[in-house]
Amino acid sequence: MRELSPDHNIKLKENLAGRFPNAGFKVEENRGIVVIEASRSSLIELMKHLKEDAGCSFNVLMDLTAVDYLDKRKSEERFEVVYMLFSSTSLHRVRIKVKAGDGDDVPSLVSIWKGANWPEREVFDFFGIKFSGHPLMERLIMPDEFRGYPLRKDFPLEGQGEDYLIESILIPDKTKI
Amino acid sequence: MAFKEILLNMGPQHPSTHGVLRLKVALDNEVVMKVTPVLGYLHRGMEKLFENRTYQQITPLTDRFDYLAAISNNLGYLLAVEKLMGIEVPKRAQYIRVIFTELQRLASHLAWVGFFANDIGAMSVLLYGFIEREDILEIFEEYSGARLTVHAFRVGGVPTDINDKIIDMINTFILKLPKRIADIETLLTGNRIWKHRTIGVGVISPEDAISLGLTGPSLRSTGIKWDIRKDIPYSSYQDFQFEVPTSANGDLYDRYVLRLEEIKQSMRIIRQALDTLPQGETLTKVPRVLKIAPGEVFHSIEAPKGELGFYIKSNGTDKPERVKMKSPSFINMQSLETMCLGNLFADIVAVLGSLDIVLGEIDK
Repeated sequence: MRELSPDHNIKLKENLAGRFPNAGFKVEENRGIVVIEASRSSLIELMKHLKEDAGCSFNVLMDLTAVDYLDKRKSEERFEVVYMLFSSTSLHRVRIKVKAGDGDDVPSLVSIWKGANWPEREVFDFFGIKFSGHPLMERLIMPDEFRGYPLRKDFPLEGQGEDYLIESILIPDKTKI
Repeated sequence: MAFKEILLNMGPQHPSTHGVLRLKVALDNEVVMKVTPVLGYLHRGMEKLFENRTYQQITPLTDRFDYLAAISNNLGYLLAVEKLMGIEVPKRAQYIRVIFTELQRLASHLAWVGFFANDIGAMSVLLYGFIEREDILEIFEEYSGARLTVHAFRVGGVPTDINDKIIDMINTFILKLPKRIADIETLLTGNRIWKHRTIGVGVISPEDAISLGLTGPSLRSTGIKWDIRKDIPYSSYQDFQFEVPTSANGDLYDRYVLRLEEIKQSMRIIRQALDTLPQGETLTKVPRVLKIAPGEVFHSIEAPKGELGFYIKSNGTDKPERVKMKSPSFINMQSLETMCLGNLFADIVAVLGSLDIVLGEIDK
């Protein structure tokens, strides 16, 4: 069992305040984990810093996902993309959140972590949030012909009638094979 | 000879794709140039279902993710819920959870050794592995009444205490298993054909593994020592003595040797947990209707296949706002192309087998 350094979170906050004095990040602590709310424009710079700076060294992108807050937040902040980072040297975790509205692009992290590829496609597939700079922004799990984004809160649980998918099987699109 | 690209379609019903998975493969003669997995054949909309079920109703659904290691999924989800609520689980329940999760790890690894050997062409190992796995499933059946989708734990602990009969069954099994592992090692470890098919195949570098987010035995085979049970212990894992095996080459042979070593370490943990099983309660009092105050949590455990994490966002009602499962197979599957490039076509089957994927977990 490796020991976690207790003042890590304080140091991380100071590090961020020193590097991004005017960025206006909302930094808070939640159950021992630092949560940073960033803007879409500063995301890439922040992630690069968190990965490469010796004081942070969050070298693993553990997971990324999104949450839909339909009718609970303003429409331009409807979605929240959440990134879970982890440091294999200090064993600390950090969470980064970015808000996005319907139709907004979020910068892709594939250039920083190759592993961001599929999770970003999954978020696009289920929520319809596009990631700009992603090498292949296509559906991953749902069929290519699927209409709508199933994990949005306004998508009905019982589905919306998927008979049209059968037509696409009977008359296959030759360009997709 | 001029380069001529051949496109081959593997699956969705190929016997060695471990479920319903389709691979689009581009070949230059027999050398792999590109592998594109096509997912979604087993998609059941689990995460959408979670948002419409209460916290207790979600637990049995998690069994259906990684159906070869249902108990690990239960534990991962419940630990996240308990962390979100701030519940302390009784010590005896924590030990029982460790015993069953490690049994599940044995079952998952035994099935993996069998499937992997079968993919490469050694069929008898599959049958040997399944004989022992059957004993584990019988222990689960005796405890909970189910064999595969076990639903063994509840929020706040375990539903029933383990009795003497189950302890006897586990002890008998633990005594019997080392001989069977020795049999498997005799068949495979020194086997020239086996070594020829696995050594130096499907290699991944530690830098690529980190960048792709690889976890579990596949990551440890590249020399990175990262096991959550050891590094950030949960459910009393700090009480037990065990090693985290690693090796340096990052190829298929290393992954095989590591998993067999992990089986031995799991047996050690089970033995210690049975010897030092504390007395006391097995379930804390939890309200029948769980309403969790708004908050969020991410908790991860070391499942047989890698790091299994649950991100839960609660909103004050008895149903979660969002549950996201970080499934190890999904992330590990991404590295298939990196591992296969430059290898022969026949090695795709071997590399896919070595990753230990379960499509239920990838497609959700």
